[in-house]
Amino acid sequence: MSQRKVLQGNIIIAKAALAAGCDFFAGYPITPSSEIAQYMSKEMPKMERTFIQMEDEIASLGACIGASLAGKKTLTATSGPGFSLMQEHIGLAVMAEVPVVIVNVMRGGPSTGMPTKPAQADMMQARWGTHGDHPIIALYPAFSEEIFSETVRAFNLAEKYWNPVILLLDEVLGKAHMDVEIPEPGSYDVYWEKTHEISDLNIYDRKLGENPPRIDFFHGYPIHIDSLEHDAHGWPSFDAKTVDKMQKLRMQKIYQNLDDIIKYKEYFLDDAEVLVFSFGISARSALAAVKTAREQGIKAGLFQALTVWPFPRAAMQERFKKTKKVLTVEMNMGQMKYEVERIAPDDVEKQTLLRANGMPFSPDEVLEAIKEFAK
Amino acid sequence: MRDYEKYIRYRTFPTPWCPGCGDGVILKSIAMAFADLKLDPDNIVVVAGIGCSGRMPTYFNTNTLHTTHGRALTFATGIKLAKPEKLVVVISGDGDATAIGGNHLIHAARRNIGIKMILINNGIYGMTGGQVSPLTPPKFFTETTPYGNIEPHFNIRKLLTGAEASFVARETVNRLMQLKQVIKKSFQHKGFSVVEVMSNCHVNLGRRNKMKSPLVMTKYIEDITMPMADFEKLTPEEQAPKYPLGIFVENTERMEYTDLYYNHIVPVAQQSGAKGEK
Ligand SMILES: Cc1ncc(C[n+]2csc(CCOP(=O)(O)OP(=O)(O)O)c2C)c(N)n1
Ligand code: SF4
Repeated sequence: MSQRKVLQGNIIIAKAALAAGCDFFAGYPITPSSEIAQYMSKEMPKMERTFIQMEDEIASLGACIGASLAGKKTLTATSGPGFSLMQEHIGLAVMAEVPVVIVNVMRGGPSTGMPTKPAQADMMQARWGTHGDHPIIALYPAFSEEIFSETVRAFNLAEKYWNPVILLLDEVLGKAHMDVEIPEPGSYDVYWEKTHEISDLNIYDRKLGENPPRIDFFHGYPIHIDSLEHDAHGWPSFDAKTVDKMQKLRMQKIYQNLDDIIKYKEYFLDDAEVLVFSFGISARSALAAVKTAREQGIKAGLFQALTVWPFPRAAMQERFKKTKKVLTVEMNMGQMKYEVERIAPDDVEKQTLLRANGMPFSPDEVLEAIKEFAK
Repeated sequence: MRDYEKYIRYRTFPTPWCPGCGDGVILKSIAMAFADLKLDPDNIVVVAGIGCSGRMPTYFNTNTLHTTHGRALTFATGIKLAKPEKLVVVISGDGDATAIGGNHLIHAARRNIGIKMILINNGIYGMTGGQVSPLTPPKFFTETTPYGNIEPHFNIRKLLTGAEASFVARETVNRLMQLKQVIKKSFQHKGFSVVEVMSNCHVNLGRRNKMKSPLVMTKYIEDITMPMADFEKLTPEEQAPKYPLGIFVENTERMEYTDLYYNHIVPVAQQSGAKGEK
C-alpha cells in the first residue's frame, strides 16, 4: 500500500534514495540539506547499509565515487558552498563514467550567502561547474510526489548512463513539510544494471550512442580507471583520434537518448498565448498563477522542466510554433533565461521575472507579470 | 618470469618516469610485497592522486584507480567501506599527501581505516617541474624558492603519531629488501598504515641542489638517514637534519574503522529486523 504522509522535502529525498537501493551515503553537514544526512545516519545502519560523515565535501564525493566503483549505489547531499567544492570530483565521475547522485539544496549565494534562504542560483554551476566539455544530467522536482519520483529517477539514470546525476532542490522544497503519497515498492522502476563479468580490458569500448554497462572493481579481471583521458582500456591516452572518440562516446550516450532522459510537464499549453517557463519552487507559484490567469480569461500555460540538463529544447521549440510569448520565472539574476533565448526563434517575444533576494515569488507576482506581458 | 612480475602490467609500459627515478624501485618493492603474500591481483586495488608518483597505479596488474590531486584517500575510504575484505593501497607524493591532501591524511589516521598508504617523499613537486613542497628540506632551491626554502617542513613521523596513526614507518629507495619487508608488514597490519619512502628526484630537486645524478642523490639520502636505534643515540642538535628509519608505530590495539562500523551497526540492524524503515 502506498502511504500518505506529511514530510519534509529533504526526508522525501532520503526515503526515495533508500527505496531506489542507495546503500552508501557520504556527506558533510550544510544548511539546508543536513536532514538528508541525518536521516541516512539513522536509517542506513538499520538496513546494514553504509553511512559516513567525511571531513569535507571533496572527500564526500570522493568516497561516493570509490564506493560506486566497488559496487554501491551512492548518494551525497549538499548546498551551494559544498557543491562548489565538489566540482573537481564531478568531473572525475564524468571522465571515468561512474554513477553517483549528488543532491544540491540551493540557498542564496554567492559565497556563504544566505544559508536559510532559497535560491535557484546554481543552475549554471550544475551544468558547467566542472572544467572541460562534459555531459551532465540534472533534475529538479517541484511538487511533493515529484521529489520522490525524480530521486528514484536520478538513481536510475546514473546507473543506466554511467554518469553523475545532479538532483536540484531549493531551500523551500528541502525544508518545507508537505503532504506526499509515498508509493508502494514495486510500483516504480528501480534500475540496477547487473555488474558485467569482465572478460577483457575493453571496458570503455562501445558504439556511439550506446549506454555503457556498469563496471566495478573486483569482478575477476583487474581493471584500470583513470581521471586522465584514456583509451578503451581505460589507460591514459592523449592521442587526438582516441580523445576525439572518447569525448563523443561520453557526450552521445546522453545526447542520443534524450527521449529517455528529458522529462517535463505542460499545463494549459495547447492554446496558450503566453508560455511560462519555470522549475522547482518557482514553478509552483507559476502553476497557481497560470490557473488564475485562465480564470480571468488570459491564455497562459506553464512549461515545467523536470530535467533541466540536458535542456528540454525540442519540446519547447515545438510549443514556440504556436505560442509567441515566453516568460521565464526563476529565483536568480538570469541563468536559464539564456537557454530559453538561445533556442526560441526570433519571432518569439521573451520576458523574464527574476529575483535573487531570498524571497520566492508569490503566485500574485507571477500573475502580474503574465498580465503585463499578455497585454 | 619472477613471481612478482604477475603484479606488473607490462602492457602499459613505458612509464613516464625519468631514468633512475626512485618511483621504479618503489613499484618493484610493492609488487614484491604482493608476491610474498601470494595475493590474488583481483583482491587488490591501488589508488593514487596526481604527480609522478600518482602515475604508479597504471603499472600494477591489479585493480587500479588514478584520481585527483591529494584526494586518493577519500576514494580509497569509499572502496574500503564498500569492500572491507579487499587490500586497498594508496600511493601518494609528498605534495599530494601533505599539502593539498593533508586534511584527508590526518582524518584517515584518526579513523584508523585499513588503507595501506605508501607516501613517496622526494621532497619536491616532481610532475609540475620542481616547486617547493611541505617536505622540501630547509634552504633547498626549487622553482618557487629561488633564494632557498625558508619554510619548516613537516615531520611525517610526528604528524602521524600525533594523529594516532596505528602504523608508521620510514624506509628509503636505497634499501629494496628492507623496503619490501616494511611494506609487507604494513599490508599485514589491520588499521591505517603509512610507509614513508625517502626517494630521489634528481631531475627536479637534485639538479637545483648540486645532485644531478641518481647516484649522488641516493648517496645523499643514505647520508641523511639512519636506523632508529642509531638515531636515538644522537643529541637533539645532531638529530635535527637526520631522518630515522624503521617501524616507529605498530599499534594493534586500536580497532580498524570498517570493523568498528560494521560491528557497531549489527545490533542496530538486528533490533530493527535488518530492514529499517521502508
Ligand atoms: C587541484 C590540482 N592542483 C594542482 C595540480 C597540479 N599538480 C600536478 S602534480 C602536482 C604536484 C605533485 O607533487 P608530489 O605530490 O610531491 O608528487 P611527485 O610528482 O613529486 O611524485 C601538482 C601541484 C593538479 N593536478 N590538481
Ligand atoms: S621528475 Fe623527479 S619524481 Fe618525477 S619522474 Fe623525474 S625523477 Fe622521478
